[in-house]
Amino acid sequence: MKKYICLLLTVLLLAGLCGCDTADDRVTINVYNWGQYISEGDDGCIDVIALFEERYPNIRVNYVTFDSNETMYTKMAGGGITVDVIIPSDYMVGRLIEENMLLELDYNNIPNAQYIDSRFRNTDYDPENKYSIPYTWGTVGIIYNSNYVDEEDVTGWELLWNEKYADKILMFDNSRDAFGIAQNLLGYSINSTDPEELKACAEKLAEQRPVVQQYIMDQVFDLMENEEAWIAPYYAGDYLTMAEENEALCFYLPEDQGFNLFIDAMCIPTCAENKEAAETFINFLCEPEIAGGNMDWVCYGTPLTAAKEFMDPEVVNDPVSYPSEETLDRGTGYISLPRSTTRLMEELFMQVRNGIPVHLP
Amino acid sequence: MKKNKSVLLSAPYILWMVIFTLIPLCVVLYYALTDVETGAFSVKNMENLVLYLPAFWRSILYSLVSALICLVIGYPVAYYMAHCSPTAQKFLYMLVMLPMCMSFLLRTLAWVGLLQDTGIINNFLDMLGLPRLSLIRTPGAVILGMVYNYLPYMILPLYSIIVKIDHRLIEAAEDLGCNGVQVFARVVLPLSMPGILSGITMVFVPAVSTFYISNKLGSTDIVLIGDIIERQFKQGDNANMGAALSLLLMILVFVCTGIMNRFGGDEEGGVPV
Repeated sequence: MKKYICLLLTVLLLAGLCGCDTADDRVTINVYNWGQYISEGDDGCIDVIALFEERYPNIRVNYVTFDSNETMYTKMAGGGITVDVIIPSDYMVGRLIEENMLLELDYNNIPNAQYIDSRFRNTDYDPENKYSIPYTWGTVGIIYNSNYVDEEDVTGWELLWNEKYADKILMFDNSRDAFGIAQNLLGYSINSTDPEELKACAEKLAEQRPVVQQYIMDQVFDLMENEEAWIAPYYAGDYLTMAEENEALCFYLPEDQGFNLFIDAMCIPTCAENKEAAETFINFLCEPEIAGGNMDWVCYGTPLTAAKEFMDPEVVNDPVSYPSEETLDRGTGYISLPRSTTRLMEELFMQVRNGIPVHLP
Repeated sequence: MKKNKSVLLSAPYILWMVIFTLIPLCVVLYYALTDVETGAFSVKNMENLVLYLPAFWRSILYSLVSALICLVIGYPVAYYMAHCSPTAQKFLYMLVMLPMCMSFLLRTLAWVGLLQDTGIINNFLDMLGLPRLSLIRTPGAVILGMVYNYLPYMILPLYSIIVKIDHRLIEAAEDLGCNGVQVFARVVLPLSMPGILSGITMVFVPAVSTFYISNKLGSTDIVLIGDIIERQFKQGDNANMGAALSLLLMILVFVCTGIMNRFGGDEEGGVPV
């Protein structure tokens, strides 16, 4: 008897496997985006993907997340996967363009691109807007917990090296952002290609390791909200999400040091299978009402002024999300670096993380 | 004829081994011996291994300590289990297996929740008015994580050996005037040696290459070799160095288990059964 039950269950299982594809003639697009980076219907906000699938019933969205540009790149470069839409940051878009990993966009399918503010067009990484459409923008600053961190210590990036807060400091777990902070601290350009400067940054980062509690990306939310850590460099938009959970959290942009001003942009990689559906999805995300509703939850800056009228006025008027023009002038964007520099930076960052002596290969 | 049949029957597994073990090993070797930029033959990765030796020793030390702690904790449990009634044995066996039914990652994360500065243990201490302790991000936390996760791999082989020990040998020893300690030291312990050795191997091998436990429970200074290898592939975009590290780790594991087996072989030879 047992045998027959087993057999029956096996048959049912196999039937289930076969059934998946035949019952569904929808087109599937694979969207590969940062974690916590699209409104999914929490906290009374809209569910972007559900709304999209409702409006375009013949397209199904398979949404997958990554936690840094580098992880995304490694996965894409490894091949063997199909991804239709990716949302990397500026310098990574530049790198993907250089390496011929992106498809040119067909603007006939993306009429909503007209709403993109001129400030976010013709950028350094994609001068002719051929391959990318901005999704969000923002700054990288220091998030700290005012219950534990003295205001007088909050002077600039050196806070992340302060031994007084050893084991309570978090640090970026990706080479570009980590080096960007060291470069801003040491007064170098964040787009430097000088190996000696990069080595000096790596030494600075190695010096920091003993006081760093963890190298993290998306885990920052839990750790900061629960006060397991007190100081972390992170993206301004995510600070707003955290501050909703813990009111003691503050955001600081160094006043006499530089910081990174970034744009994350939507692109279609060469491994895409459904380009048109991907463009439909991008177009949907550029629709002012959708973009506004989405940014209410994501809290990053929107490149669409038209979206602001659909947003919570409190977010639109928040100086952390939308800093003044003179503050923005202190920020610098990353540009795509030569392959050899990127490789060197990753190599040096691995040396820092792995605790081996910093050296130029 | 009979031999042909057995070859035929084992063919699927041999094929599996070739495709999924032997060929990948060759690929690892190829990667380890080529340059990450040019893809040309190079021994640079091998030379760089020297830099990672401290991490290797640290990994070996941590996993050996864990294996020994597992033995000290696991042996009495296995011994007790083996001497229970058959029903109790089944029940205890299931209890030992039970944690393994849940994801290893989840169980490690649960320890983070318990041990961290704002975790359950510290909040409880705080509630009682006691000072908070720094439990997480210490060597002890990493070893605790390893012991907790790999303890079943120690208990089960020990149990399966101890349960088979012929009780008449113990009685004979007692009849011949051995006291309890002597019975244990001269009869039970030598007879359970194969279980001890396979238990140590079963704990040591996964512990030495673990990458999640040290990352979650250790400080940024406790970098184990498994973490490094994972990072080389996932973040560093340098599969070649990762391959070289894996190769060295594999050789070290072979050497360690080889030493243990040889030591075990002698012991077994000395036990008159």
